[in-house]
Amino acid sequence: MNTQWRERLQRWAPYAVTPLIVLAALPAMGLTAWVTLTVAGLTMGMMLFLVASGLTLIFGLMEVLNFAHAAFVTVGAYVTVTVLGPLVGWTTAPSLALNLLALLVALLAAAAASGALGFVFERIIIRQVYGAPLRQILITIGALTVIEQLVIVVWGPEAIALPKPATLRGSVFLGSSPIETYRLVALFVGLAVAAAMQLILTRTRIGLVVRAGVEDREMVQALGYHIRRVFVGVFIAGTALAGMGGMMWGQYQTLVSSQIGDSMLILVFIILIIGGLGSVGGCFIGAILVGLTSNYVQFLAPTLALGSNILLMALILLWRPRGLFPIGEQ
Amino acid sequence: MTGQLHKIPEQPSEQATIALAPAVSSSKPYQSGKLRRTSWLSWIVSDDPPGRLLLNAIVLLILAAFVFAPFLFPGAKALGVASRICIFVILVASYDLMLGYTGIVSFAHTMFFGIGAYGVAILLAKGWVGWGAVILGAAAGAGVSLVLAAAIGLLSLRLRTIFFSMITLAVASFAQILAEQWRSLTGGEDGLTFTVPAILLPSFRPLSHPVLGVTINGPVIAYYLTFVVALLLFLLMLRIVNSPFGRVLQAIRENEFRVEAMGYQVVAYRTMISALSAVMAALAGALMALVLGYNGPDTTLSFSLMIDILLMIVIGGMGTMYGAIVGAVLVVLAEYYLQNILGGMNRAIDGTPFLSALFHPDRWLLWLGVLFVLIVTFFPQGLFGWLRQRR
Amino acid sequence: MAEAGDVLLRLHDVHTDIGRYKILHGVSLTARHGRVTMLLGRNGAGKTTTLRTIMGLWQPRAGRITFDGQSINGMDTPDIAQLGIAYVPEYMGIFGKLTVRENMLLATGAQGFAKDSLDRVLAWFPPIKLKWDSAAGSLSGGQKQMLAIARAVVEQRRLLLVDEPTKGLSPVMVDQLVEALLGLKDEQTTILLVEQNFHVALAIGDDVAVMDQGRIVHSGDMAALGRDEELQQRLLGLSMAVGA
Repeated sequence: MNTQWRERLQRWAPYAVTPLIVLAALPAMGLTAWVTLTVAGLTMGMMLFLVASGLTLIFGLMEVLNFAHAAFVTVGAYVTVTVLGPLVGWTTAPSLALNLLALLVALLAAAAASGALGFVFERIIIRQVYGAPLRQILITIGALTVIEQLVIVVWGPEAIALPKPATLRGSVFLGSSPIETYRLVALFVGLAVAAAMQLILTRTRIGLVVRAGVEDREMVQALGYHIRRVFVGVFIAGTALAGMGGMMWGQYQTLVSSQIGDSMLILVFIILIIGGLGSVGGCFIGAILVGLTSNYVQFLAPTLALGSNILLMALILLWRPRGLFPIGEQ
Repeated sequence: MTGQLHKIPEQPSEQATIALAPAVSSSKPYQSGKLRRTSWLSWIVSDDPPGRLLLNAIVLLILAAFVFAPFLFPGAKALGVASRICIFVILVASYDLMLGYTGIVSFAHTMFFGIGAYGVAILLAKGWVGWGAVILGAAAGAGVSLVLAAAIGLLSLRLRTIFFSMITLAVASFAQILAEQWRSLTGGEDGLTFTVPAILLPSFRPLSHPVLGVTINGPVIAYYLTFVVALLLFLLMLRIVNSPFGRVLQAIRENEFRVEAMGYQVVAYRTMISALSAVMAALAGALMALVLGYNGPDTTLSFSLMIDILLMIVIGGMGTMYGAIVGAVLVVLAEYYLQNILGGMNRAIDGTPFLSALFHPDRWLLWLGVLFVLIVTFFPQGLFGWLRQRR
Repeated sequence: MAEAGDVLLRLHDVHTDIGRYKILHGVSLTARHGRVTMLLGRNGAGKTTTLRTIMGLWQPRAGRITFDGQSINGMDTPDIAQLGIAYVPEYMGIFGKLTVRENMLLATGAQGFAKDSLDRVLAWFPPIKLKWDSAAGSLSGGQKQMLAIARAVVEQRRLLLVDEPTKGLSPVMVDQLVEALLGLKDEQTTILLVEQNFHVALAIGDDVAVMDQGRIVHSGDMAALGRDEELQQRLLGLSMAVGA
């Protein structure tokens, strides 16, 4: 009986990390700040999840780590700038509907652009380095540099301002806690995408094949599925997601620079490591953890803020060396 | 994934085997009888000379250029570039120990570079003067690097390549953040400025007359110090990779399962080479601090520096040691002078805004990046490796 | 259309290397339609490699593999599977994070389960029905093995490649497995079965091929081998006949 309880504890413990942190933070900062920061953390987590989920699926399915993933984030952000330019009538209008519509157009455009680039990228670059981790790392880092420089060539070296739409600039109040309106939108979008992903993964055949493929690629092929074709689709989806993440993040920062993808990259890696390489669920929880940690620590101990996520990662690795929800049997 | 449940070794795909063809093979077809005559020379290069006539010539030419640098390329800027190249040769060669010879991709190399630099910088900035402080600082930097590298190695080298790389990225990032935030120790983002030992100062003039038209002063001495130390460290690394220890490393890179099966503790070997590599990087960092009289997070810890190292080793040639020399020379020169070339091209083309943006001097990194990708794709052995292998 | 007794699968002088290691040195064997061909041999003889080569998971360096007259050399594994060949590896290949139902679903086409097909499989392996919605990783070793085989046969297959299914199973489960395999035999399914358990081999094998060091050292009738103890000793060693 004892071992059964221990096993249960082992299995459910990783799920407890987030609630614990959230609850522990409450007494440290008071209710008002806590509500604001928790929403901020969840929102940041959602945006990070958009970017990280694609990467973890790609890695889980084909063991390809695309260091150039950051470039797709950057492209998404810049495409947003270009798309929202002509739509300035919609973004400056005092109509929530028009504002949201503009953002939706930008979101879809960013996804399409990054997805298209992803298709080309997979063909030209990734195909050459399946199964060769050293070359993968090298070639994708090189590609990252090249794409970011090309972005500068097309859009110029200066950072570009991306003001928020008119109705999304202020804050709403939950009790006495201020919550930026845009954050609520981002939170909603993030959750919607996460829900859609979850549905596709669990309710569709293709999702089933992907989930199986992440566990055992060979066996899925032995069951008759051309996993390579599935992978191209997943790669494009992953880069499209990164583009969406870039769009939301760029709009959130109100400033788009060529470094925007890089700044997210290290956090995305931390999320992947914390969550477990290849696990979308782990990625979701990891992203929330990172978002919350960043915001909580920023408030409680600003000097530690930048390094806090790395410390979090180190602590989790000491406890679970393969991440919280690793794929594959122990 | 499959590999965890059962130990069926993977049938290597064609890509994987072509992936990183090193230029070093167990038989050395290029070794001619010539070198056996001058045996002391072959001892110095540990029986691992560049090989081909053309390559020997290139390396000797570069060597000569460095020996006579202050006279061939007078001026403070040129001397600075030469020093920088020497330091980078060590930084990149030590990275090759891990990447080219053992097959480890680490992003923490710049961290050790920085630790070595800060070791010297912190002591000298605190007011300690003289060579004692310099040596102590360098030793401290090297020591910390050794311990840190060993710790990272033991904890994470069991992990898959990619996982390990990501962790080193996080660790390096943390080090950078630490250096930027810990103002009291590292001077924060501004870094530390300090006074180097007297004989390295511009005011130090041991000879009253110029030699061959060049005034011998502190910076010239600093340059030669850098050059000599770099040369010695390089030859030391050459000896290491050509020793039995080095052979095991190469075997690990080829097929670690087999090496493990033969009874070697792969993790131990990897940890040792990581520690060694880190110490070399730290020493390079100490030299850097000495030459600049300054150190800051951007000088030694930035990710763009890590990218530079990768550029140099890949373009130069992984797994050859000499590739580090070729790569360092090419990339550093490109950094300084490619901008001029691009500027010239820009003026010549005078084309559309897109073209002029493409060839803008600030876009040198774009072209180096393209070269990098092309080389990884078509010439994985890099320039030196490719030259060594062709008929 | 292959008739019973016709050769369905033929390997001719197949050589397979893994990296620098040469594993198969000219393997030639046949599997006849509707019959169970046993593939026996000591550990490391190359039996698993043979199955993997047929399945396209490893590419042969030389030799020919034909399935129903069609050459399948160099074909991609999914294409080989779509020809009607199912593979149950030694490690079972169960997707632990998916439910039993989802594991089974992967073996069917877009139309889902054919009721009769599913029913017969559930009859052979009751535990599968019990754990239908549980994560496959929570099953015991024996139950996983059953799931692996159930998944391989829930749809009609023309050839079944099974690698050591009775390994580590309790005697009761071994019996259930043998029942199922006999049931499949009744359905005229062609099976190429790697097995260490000689008694099981005798119970269901029609033909036999014995491997040693990457070569076929004996092929012929299973029953005949069963009667010839001296030959058994020579080919398989004492441990084989004793262990069961």
